[in-house]
Formats: sequence, C-alpha cells, structure tokens
Amino acid sequence: MINPEKLEAILSHYQGGSADLIPVLQDIQDENNYLPKDQLKVVAHKLQVPLTQVYSVATFFKMFSLEPKGRHQIRVCLGTACHLRGGQRLVEMVSRRLGVDIGQTTPDLQFSLETVGCLGSCAQAPLLMVDDQYFGRMSMDKVPKILKSYKNQD
Amino acid sequence: MNSDYVNLTIDGQAVKSQSGLSLLLAAREHGIDIPTLCYHDDLKPEGHCRLCVVEIGEPGRTRLVNSCTYPAEPGLIVQTASEKVLQARRMVLELLLAEAPAAELIQKMAAEHGIYETRFKKADPQARCILCAQCVRTCREVVGVSAISMAFRTPKKIVATPFKEESEACIGCGSCVFICPTNVIPYTEKDGIRTVWGRHFELQPCKVCGNYIAPKAQLEHWAKITGDPVERFFVCRDCR
Amino acid sequence: MPKLETVQQLEEYRRRLLTHPDAQALQILVCGGPGCLPMGSEEVAAAFRQELKERGPAVKVLLKESGCQGWCSKAVKVMIRPQEITYQQVTPQDVPEIVAETLIQGKILDRLCYRDPADQTAKAHKSEIPFYQGQQPLVLGKMDLIDPTSLDDYLAAGGYRALQQVLEQMSPEAVIQAVGRSGLRGRGGGGFPTGRKWRLCREASGEVKYLICNGDEGDPGAFMDRAVMEGNPHAVLEGMIIGGYAIGAHQSFIYVRHEYPLAVKRLSLAIDQARQCGLLGDNILGSGFAFEVKISKGAGAFVCGEETALIRSVEGDIGEPVPRPPYPAQHGLWGKPTVINNVETWANLPEIINRGADWFAAMGTEKSKGTKVFSLVGAVNHTGLVEVPMGTTLRQIVFDLGGGIRDGGEFKAVQTGGPSGGCIPKEYLDLPVDYDSLQSVGSIMGSGGMIVMDQSSCMVDVARYFMSFLHDESCGKCTPCREGTKQILEILTEITQGRGSEEHPALMEELCATMRSASLCGLGQSAVNPVLSTLKYFREEYEAHIQQKRCPALVCRSLLKYTIDPETCTGCLACVRECPAEAIRGEAGEPQELDQELCVKCGQCYEICKFKAVKVES
Repeated sequence: MINPEKLEAILSHYQGGSADLIPVLQDIQDENNYLPKDQLKVVAHKLQVPLTQVYSVATFFKMFSLEPKGRHQIRVCLGTACHLRGGQRLVEMVSRRLGVDIGQTTPDLQFSLETVGCLGSCAQAPLLMVDDQYFGRMSMDKVPKILKSYKNQD
Repeated sequence: MNSDYVNLTIDGQAVKSQSGLSLLLAAREHGIDIPTLCYHDDLKPEGHCRLCVVEIGEPGRTRLVNSCTYPAEPGLIVQTASEKVLQARRMVLELLLAEAPAAELIQKMAAEHGIYETRFKKADPQARCILCAQCVRTCREVVGVSAISMAFRTPKKIVATPFKEESEACIGCGSCVFICPTNVIPYTEKDGIRTVWGRHFELQPCKVCGNYIAPKAQLEHWAKITGDPVERFFVCRDCR
Repeated sequence: MPKLETVQQLEEYRRRLLTHPDAQALQILVCGGPGCLPMGSEEVAAAFRQELKERGPAVKVLLKESGCQGWCSKAVKVMIRPQEITYQQVTPQDVPEIVAETLIQGKILDRLCYRDPADQTAKAHKSEIPFYQGQQPLVLGKMDLIDPTSLDDYLAAGGYRALQQVLEQMSPEAVIQAVGRSGLRGRGGGGFPTGRKWRLCREASGEVKYLICNGDEGDPGAFMDRAVMEGNPHAVLEGMIIGGYAIGAHQSFIYVRHEYPLAVKRLSLAIDQARQCGLLGDNILGSGFAFEVKISKGAGAFVCGEETALIRSVEGDIGEPVPRPPYPAQHGLWGKPTVINNVETWANLPEIINRGADWFAAMGTEKSKGTKVFSLVGAVNHTGLVEVPMGTTLRQIVFDLGGGIRDGGEFKAVQTGGPSGGCIPKEYLDLPVDYDSLQSVGSIMGSGGMIVMDQSSCMVDVARYFMSFLHDESCGKCTPCREGTKQILEILTEITQGRGSEEHPALMEELCATMRSASLCGLGQSAVNPVLSTLKYFREEYEAHIQQKRCPALVCRSLLKYTIDPETCTGCLACVRECPAEAIRGEAGEPQELDQELCVKCGQCYEICKFKAVKVES
C-alpha cells in the first residue's frame, strides 16, 4: 500500500519548507485516501519540519485522516439550509443503511461517511455528495438507490 | 523593541513605558500585578488563557485585550481590574474549574477571585490540563527539539507526542514537566531510568561521583549542539 | 491566445473580438452554477450540444455553460441572448423543443417561463421578472453573460479594462484614494474599510508585501464566493492585480476552501490563461509591474476564514489565530505586510475603477456603500443568489425577491451572517440591510448568508445547531471559546432534551458576555450571536422548552410524541422497515401500532409515510 516512489514523485514537486506541508499532505491524502504514518515521517524529514508539526497539522484539519478511508466518500451536508431541511435525518438514515457511525468507514472499505459544514449548494438542500458527484433535493427514498449504484459499480 | 518611551494611563495613574512593551510588563514595572496562566518570562506570549485581559480605550468605547501581547501605545488608557475585566477573569477561572477539576493552581486562583465552585459540567475529575501550551512552547523554543505539540482541536484538543507514541525527538530533559503549572505530565525516575511521555530514558551517571546527571539522550543532544565529544558531558558540574 | 505586451495590443485584441461575427451570434447559456450543477446542468448542456450537432451548420448558435444565473430554486436555468429570454427548470427532454421553437423560430415556450402569480401570464424576458428587477448586479453582472473558462469572453465583456486604466493612467496612490472614496468595506464580514487597509499596508515598511484573496467561505448557507470563483474568476484576478499594484505587492495567494474543487479548477485555468497572454507575470502590459498568483487550498477548518489563522495555514501551520496588534497589514504572511480581502471585495474593484468611485458611493447607505451579494436560502419561494444595493430592506429581499414564505408558511426569522450572526424576528423586517443596522439588532453582515426560517424551525434548536458547529470548528487555543462553546452547547442540549432549568438562560447570557469580550478571535467573539439573539427575541420558546418541556415548532425530538392514526394508516409497512428501534408493529394491510416505550423519536416514520398517517405533537 505504501509506495515510496509515489511519495518521491509527490515530494519532487516541492522545494521543501513549512509552506509546502499542507499541499504535500493534501497530495498524499488524495493519493492514498488517508495519511500513512510512515509517509508522514518521510515528509517531516524531507521538508525539514518537526514531526510534531506534521502531526498537529494532520490532526487539526478535517480533510486529513490518519485512518484509511473508503473507496467512496459520502459527505452529507449539515449546513444551515440542509439542517433545516432534514439533513440530520438524512445522515442518520445513510448511517443506518451502511451500518457505520459518522466519521467511520465500512469494514469492506467501500464507503466512508462524513458530515460537512456546507457544500455550497444551499438552494438544493438537503444535499449529499458521493466523491465529486452532487445529489440535491435528497429525500429518504433516494438513498438506497444511490448506495446500490455505487455498490454495483465496484 | 526601541528605546522610545510613551505616556499612558494604567489604573488612573499616568505612567511612562518603553514603546511596544507589553501592557503586562508595563503594569508590572509600576507595581501592578496582573494574573496570568499561560505567560512565562522565557516564552513568547501567545494569548491562550485570556486571564491577563485588561480593558483599554476611551470611556464608552473600551474593549478587552490580553495584556501579555498588547503593546504600550501613546495615550492608551488601561484598566487592569475594572468590573468588566474581573467578570471575564472569574468566568475564565470558572470554566477552567470545570475543564480541569483536579488542578490545584486553578482552585487557588479561582478562590482568590471569589470563585469556589463551578456551575458548569465538569470533565473527568482527575483532569488537570488547562491547555496553556507552556510545555509545548518550552520544548519548541527553549529546548529546541519540539517533541510534543497540540493535536486536534476543540473538542478533542490535547497535548501529545506524534501519533501518541514514543517521541523520537524527545531527549527526556523533563523541562515540560518542570514548566507545567498544573502538574499534568507524568514523570518517574527509578533504578536509573527516567520515564516521561511513555518513553524510558537511561540516566547517565557522573563518571567521577556516580550521581545521575541527566538522560543520556539529553547529553547527546547537547553534544550535537556544541560539537563537543559527548564524554565531556559525562562529568557532572560539581566534579569539574 | 497571443501574448499582449502593451495596452494598445490588448485594446486591439478586444476590438477584434467585438467585431468578430460570433459576437453577434445567437447564444444559449446553460447555468452551471452551484444550484444548477447538482440538478443536472451538465446533462442539459450535453443535450444542447448533441441537438445542435445534429442540426448541423445551418443553425448558428453558440452554446456556453455560464456561471450562476442566480435563481437556484428554478434549476436548471437557461438564458438565450441577445433577447435575454430566461427559461427555468429545463430538463434534457426540453432541449429539442427549445432549439426548434425558440432558437430557430423565435417562439417563446410559455411552459418554461416564469409565471406572474397575479394572472399566470408567462414572462420570458429577464427584465420582466421581479426576481431580477429588484437587483443591482455588479459583482454578479457578468454571470449570465460569459463562459467562465474563456478569457476571450471576459475580455469581450469589458474585462481587464480597469487594469488597463490603472496601469496607464493611475498611480498606486490614486488607486488607493479611489478605493477609499468609493467607501468599499470588506465583504467577508469584517466590514473594514478597504482603502484604509490598503493604505496601512502600503505605508508599512518593507520591500516585500503580500496579497491574499480569502476564498474560504466557511459559513454554512453561503455560496456567493463559490459562484464568483467558479463563474467569473478573471474578475477576482483583475481586482487582485489592481490591488497588488496599489499596495506594492508582487506575490499573492488565493486561499480556496478544500470543499470547492471546481473553484480551484476554474481559478487555476484563469491564472494560466492570464499568464499566457501576459496579464500576469513580469512587466504586465508593458507597465513594469510584476504580479503572480498562486492557489493555496484550505484543508477543512472554518477558523481559517479568520485572517491570522489563514496566514498560519498558508505558512504550513495549524490554523490557530494570533492576537492583534500587530495587524496583518503591517505584519502578516511570513511577517511581511499583507492585505487580505474576501473574494467579493476583489471582484468589486474592476467596476469601481471602470465606473468610478463616486458611482459606487452613490449606491447604498451613508456608511455602507455599493451592493452586496446575498445567498437567500431557506423557507422562501425563490432561493438563490441576489445582489442588491446596501440599504435594501429585509422585507424587500425576503418578499419581493424571495417571493415570500413557501408552502403558505409564516415568516419567523431571518438569520444573517452565518454561524456568527443572529436571528432577526419579523419586527425588524423593515430594517435596511447594512453593516451597522444588522449589528444594532444583534446580528452581523457576515459574508452574506441569509437564511429565512418559518414556523417549522425551532429557535432553540437553531441556537444549538450553530453552537454545535462552532464548538466543532473552534481551534481550541483560548479558554473562553474552547470551554465556552462546549458549556453552552451542553446547556442548549439539556434544554432541547427536556432537562433545562430556570437558571440556564441567565447562565448562558453571563457566559456569553465573557466569550464576546475575552475570546481571542472573531469566532469566539461572535459565537454568542445566535444564542443571545434567540434568547432576546424568542424567549417564550426557551420558556416552553424549560418550563413545559414542550417544543412548539415540533423539532426537538425528546419533547415529541409520535402516534399512528389508525384511520389513515394503510399498513404498507414502509415505516416498519425504517424504524431503527423496531417500535412499530402490526399486520400487513392493517393499521400499525407505535410502542411509545421503544420509540426513539427519530421521526423517520413521519418522513417516510406517504399517507401522512403518522402524527406528531409536543
């Protein structure tokens, strides 16, 4: 899973130094769906920043995960407009269907479930995203079909 | 900091202070003591605890600022113990009593401000950390190894070693333990081994008198900085 | 795209674009904005592409995917130019007819038009529609006009003319004076006078200065910055280059939140285009001025919308704010003087230069000049982005533009300014919207989120929702915010779960006073607004929760009771399948029974029942 060449390729785009830390971590997160501990140690060394800083940044920002995430990221919006339109019930339903809590990944590593503060499509509340696909004006009955379509894809 | 002086008013008194000096230190120079929690003379002030707030500005247009970083400015009007300031300090302490119920320093300071109990929901009764970050800042600025840091954010914010595992950068010096105002960091010494942040450090005895000097890792760190052979540090100060 | 090395070359290139035969062609612009994208705008555009391809070269129509056309509740929207015919709720199935009838024969399809509620007549033209009539598009002006991926479109629409004027005819000092005279205030929420900020930075000592565009837009319910970054990225760049020239900065960053990948893509493309033709880089248009833009992506932290936290994030550190002074204008990114302004602030600059500071200052109120873009969402009939002069009243926005409360509901409150804003009750509907008026009633302008609530919203739940958000986003550095948000959330949760006590309101007010006065940054300081405003204006709702353990709006679950009406229940068992507590029992085809002991009051049965057989009361 940990490919040192891929990490080298990512790091080669950067000069080193603190300002590159977040972009490097973002690249690694996009590549692996999480931040492997060993790669973070290499990053600290290559960018010449303390490992503590890497760890602080990796745990401060919501986009980063130290645990492997699923192949498909489900993000249910809990922005104000979505909250007022039943966003909470929507995420609970998805959570029940998948059998995982918010912030967790299904055991088969297919889906990760998260809530987001706002996806920026407030007029189509309630909203959820699977990877980079938006699903607006969601209702409970649409959930099983959407999940099934991704299950069938894999 | 330059050598210009500015005139300002602190608690009704006209005073002269070095331009840019923090209001906390300017007040101290004039005999006014402002309580603090995260401030330390040897660390860069960062404004975590908010206990040192003072009220500045013209009457009717005042606001609270943390005195540990706010600089002395010409004509500034400062009140270090106004009603607004005291209300804020009491509330900060009341919140800390709930966050760190076992922290004796907080209980003492709260009592000094007339707060003996907290109306808020308490955390773990053994909790003592007030997240003042003195340990983290000491390790980073004074010791220079940055072995611990602030991880996560509200509601899970903690001081931790990377991945909550043994920190490779740690030299076992115990400065963090020493500086912590509420005795949070566990630290033991037994049979020539010092244990701090879950890592065991072999203590180096003096080659002459046999007393323990410091962890070997710490002496090796000093040797790396000075460029001296590490054996030089294996003799304690008394025996030199 | 040719390299444009002088202002004359740019003018010549623009002239060629304007006299090109395509400039007068019939155009169809499919909205690809944040409201239409999730509703299938790409499929509609693809359908047009296909249909036009099949029709062949005889039908000369230019197809474009535009930025946000504003009226998101009517997604997918389509605009036909030059007539400015606007169709709504367009599906791929409508496309052949639109092409055949409207594009080729010029006939209006009434069924795709806005209907005047008075007499149901179809209004096809943008100028006839109240939603657009009440607006003053400045920032949003080019959104339904250009393809945001085309620099040519932006140039043809007059883009980069302001930059030409600045580089050719104005000194940096003159630019700062113009911005000052215009009265422009920061559109991100702080409302700090932009001209003054620029002057502070220009006068700060040091050769190296930075400029940052804050595209973090963390307020839930706000998407205007997203729309501008995606729909008119060059306007942001043009504003930034002008700003860089004025303050003497040559390097800049656009900080875009991680949740906006399309905005990153569009801005990156715009930067490449500008660089290729010489509008970015060294010696821009022969002026000798050099300017570069880089994109910095956020990583998921609302607090990084705060200036000093944003700076730390760009520097590669955690987003914990730092006390001010010193202010970023004097000591910012890597310790250098830095100007940070919001996306919308930057996007205002080209028009201020083009039309003049006095023109801008003629709009708005005494202390709040110009226009403001609002994201009008929630319980109104017409949701979307609207741009109005400062001083427009809440009533005008909610009722004239928003079309009033949907589904025959009743206006209860409007929340402005995102999680840092307050809830404003109907008593203040005639409040003119500007920075100071909103503050006077316990709210803020914020970035422009405007969330309308009706009788189905519980104001205690709303306060709890916002405090939960802020508690989760709080960086944790300072005591009042870290512990304050936690304890207020605790108390509000108790209240919404029926364990509130008489002392709670006063205790919250006392804690809020310290959070407001002593928190290190705006997040903690403004976190009190939702709680304090709802306590002030909706006290009776709090009292119902605390004293009677009732939620009048039927939202707070612990205080609700669900029952199944045997008269209406058909026994379809849809609710049984969804019930997480297995609390519903009965035979198929027979009325079901809900066991109150087992019921966890999640409301799923209520949501899923097609026959409205599930009743709820408090």
